[in-house]
Amino acid sequence: MKVAWTGFKGEKWKKEIDVRDFIQQNYKPYEKDGSFLVPPTERTIDINNKYIELAKKERENGGVLSIDTSVPSSILSYKPGYLDRENELIYGLQTEKPLERSVNPFGGLRLAQKACEAYGYTLDEKVLENFRYKTTHNDGVFSVYTPEMRKARSSGVITGLPDAYGRGRLIGDYRRVALYGIDFLVAKKQEDKLSLGKMDMDVENIRLLEELAKQIDFLQKLKEMAAGYGDDISHPARNSREAVQWLYYAYLGAIKEQNGAAMSLGRVSTFLDIYFQRDLEQGKITEEKVQELIDDFVIKLRMARQLRTPEYNELFAGDPTWVTESVGGMGEDGRTLVTKTSFRILHTLYNLGPAPEPNLTVLWSDRLPKAFKEFCAKVSIDTDSIQYENDDAMRPVYGDDYAIACCVSAAAVGKQMQYFGARCNIAKVLLMSLNGGVDEVSGDRVGPDFGAYEGDVLEYDVVMEKFKKYIAWVSKLYVNTMNIIHRMHDKYAYEKLQMALHDTHVKRFMSFGMAGLSVCVDSLSAIKYAKVKPIRDERGIITDFEVEGDFPKYGNDDERIDSIAVWLVEHFIGELKKTPTYRNAEHTLSILTITSNVVYGKKTGSTPDGRKKGEPFAPGANPMHGRDSEGALASLNSVAKIPYEACRDGISCTFSITPQTIGKTDEERIKNLVNILDGYFAQGAHHLNVNVLDRKTLIYAMENPGALPFLTIRVSGYAVNFNALSRSQQQEVISRTFHERL
Amino acid sequence: MSKSGFVHSFETLGALDGPGVRFVVFLQGCPLRCAYCHNPDTWKTGGEGAKVYAAEELVAKIKRYKPYFGKEGGVTLSGGEPLLQGDFCAALISLLKEENIHTAIDTSGTAFHKEAVDRADLIILDIKHTGPDEYKKLTGYSIAPAIEFLEYCKATQKPLWIRQVILPGITDGREYIKSLAEHIKGLNIKKIELLPYHTLGVHKYEKLGIPYKLKDMPTPKQEEVESLYNFLKTQM
Repeated sequence: MKVAWTGFKGEKWKKEIDVRDFIQQNYKPYEKDGSFLVPPTERTIDINNKYIELAKKERENGGVLSIDTSVPSSILSYKPGYLDRENELIYGLQTEKPLERSVNPFGGLRLAQKACEAYGYTLDEKVLENFRYKTTHNDGVFSVYTPEMRKARSSGVITGLPDAYGRGRLIGDYRRVALYGIDFLVAKKQEDKLSLGKMDMDVENIRLLEELAKQIDFLQKLKEMAAGYGDDISHPARNSREAVQWLYYAYLGAIKEQNGAAMSLGRVSTFLDIYFQRDLEQGKITEEKVQELIDDFVIKLRMARQLRTPEYNELFAGDPTWVTESVGGMGEDGRTLVTKTSFRILHTLYNLGPAPEPNLTVLWSDRLPKAFKEFCAKVSIDTDSIQYENDDAMRPVYGDDYAIACCVSAAAVGKQMQYFGARCNIAKVLLMSLNGGVDEVSGDRVGPDFGAYEGDVLEYDVVMEKFKKYIAWVSKLYVNTMNIIHRMHDKYAYEKLQMALHDTHVKRFMSFGMAGLSVCVDSLSAIKYAKVKPIRDERGIITDFEVEGDFPKYGNDDERIDSIAVWLVEHFIGELKKTPTYRNAEHTLSILTITSNVVYGKKTGSTPDGRKKGEPFAPGANPMHGRDSEGALASLNSVAKIPYEACRDGISCTFSITPQTIGKTDEERIKNLVNILDGYFAQGAHHLNVNVLDRKTLIYAMENPGALPFLTIRVSGYAVNFNALSRSQQQEVISRTFHERL
Repeated sequence: MSKSGFVHSFETLGALDGPGVRFVVFLQGCPLRCAYCHNPDTWKTGGEGAKVYAAEELVAKIKRYKPYFGKEGGVTLSGGEPLLQGDFCAALISLLKEENIHTAIDTSGTAFHKEAVDRADLIILDIKHTGPDEYKKLTGYSIAPAIEFLEYCKATQKPLWIRQVILPGITDGREYIKSLAEHIKGLNIKKIELLPYHTLGVHKYEKLGIPYKLKDMPTPKQEEVESLYNFLKTQM
């Protein structure tokens, strides 16, 4: 300990696990520009090319390079693997071969089998045999689901539920392994176990004790995994390389053990900067070497893979892993948390080329150093690979050591976790309330019968009354469904390593989602301000609408309709909160669709706003395509009104603009983009994906597959390689509003 | 008394018409009929196709965008020819000044309103052409008011952005650029923009049933425009 911590200030973090205190006592804020950054070395270029070659082969091979079907994935399932053993600086692969995918049947055996088969593999008989006697998460959930839950799920009114795949969205505090080493962490967990052992053995306590036993077991296993690569992580990291390597081992252990939908990294750059700064000051390392370490680390993060089914890819396009890294932000004491390594990690987009992973997320504050703001804007304009989230909105809620999981979900690192809950299709709930609980597509009864809408013209007050009844119904059902899912996930697919890197007593969120916000709100506006006649088909079901007259549309900073959007999110979270959650998690809500807005649209009949059956929704909290008539900022102003207070799990907005539109020179574009971000976030808005590109480029890439192999774009809350999208997803992205001017 | 005006449309993210991020108000109506105009839908005067806004109402709307303006941005009154509604412009600018919002008028100089021009922080002046005959041919209007406007700006040393659209065969010759330099001498010029002619507005003509006069005109190359710009600088 003494050697590893030489030169580090502070006492509190040395006695108890407190990474934030370590950062606060030791980090060096950086307020200048990126002129210190260095280009990639020959070594880095070579290693990166090796990865790029493999990734190319993977794409040519239909999206999966190879699968190891012989064992279920876990921390110790595989021998050490290397990309380039002689030259790489940071070791560790998920399997023995680069980009080879492992099978993780703990979430559900059938899904794992299906995923293998989709790519021409068969799951090994030994694994099957093994799992024949095991209950998976999926088995557990379906043994308890009620008929009503199954119906809601298959009709698509609640979808994307993590009942057959890993829930993800919890971030282990991987920094702890670097700062403390495994032995210290194990000792602390054992202390916790002893003190819990003195309490009464009620169900809660027994569950936590069993979880602690699993956590300790997996910390030990992580040590063994690292030993395979020749590193002893029982002690803290002693230098820059070890800090990056120890941290990466912890993350690697997590993605070997869990196939979570989003396996995010946390907030590591400023933490690592402390080690770099110490070695730089002592002359033990050069800037070139520091950048090499970061570049190598990022190459490894780009290699993270999980095995998924093609259906899963429809929901979450482009094979994302959401290795989200939160960069920047401000400290509670007013100092910026931007360090040189905040620049270095963004700089990997130049050194290694643009790429979707890691999902680089800038925590934006009005008070961020000007030079850093401008650097970020430049990176956005050049690479379309980063997203922005409002640090000034989140810091008061989560403190200054939170990180983003997945796309927009904040939690204090190592202290809070979330139970992820996909989303409810609110536009479909509206249609269902007009049809008295009957699905407008299948004609099946899904919800209770509160009576179908009778009249020939939709009356706003009557519709709202029905809508509220169905929102109440779906909210209760949704919470109860989530409770089952997360009870079973905790029981059968518990995140042993990730939770070992949390405090023993964590705060939990249960994060619900809403899809179809803009469609639903525009529909309500049409009913209120225009004349909407329902059209019934031969089954007597309302399947279409005739709209006479114009109506205000969400996305024009028009209070008449934006107030309906605000009402809807506030009402929905209020209804959700009426039903208690598993483990007393706090209910939160996100307005985020990922790329599932396409699939949700497919499952939803025509809506009163004029959208036809099957047409995609707008992503996240975005206004519907082509309905904003006063330009980009009016659209952003509407989104900015959605209150973060009601949507604590995030409000996603994707903003695409042509380079010519935001300025005539690079300098102007950078300055203007900074002003746009400042203006949007100053209003309390939560999230913005920024794409600065031409629609023409996307059309060219769609028509000439492979011509632009690194074309990366931001979609809802993450980035994708455009080539990895299906054609219908590509078309949907192209059809979205691109703000442009003559 | 409250002034109101005819507004064609808005662009809440204008980054091309004036410094920084700008809220652009396109006012309805223009006396010119420029052959290359990309907003022919703003030509008609008298309020047809426009929305009526009271100055206070419009300023309330604009204030919602103040967070984006930063140190440089603000409002640009464009059109159409904004100064055709000079009283309205003057009223808007006065109200915007109270809010500390930077104002610019994007004009051809064919209409004039002393108060509006005096109060605006910046005038963006589109020169069209320096020769009276060619001016008339290109815009259908006399050059005289534009010359007077120029004289006024010279006398008052009004801060200006000068704009000149580069039309192949019409305004892309060295001789023309020389005459342009002569034309704008003595003005308080903050910036000069040579804008390459483009055809992006042509579809509007089809929609409006107006014949498009420059059908076969090519778009000038970026390098050509740059070399003209460098030449212009040597002439100033």
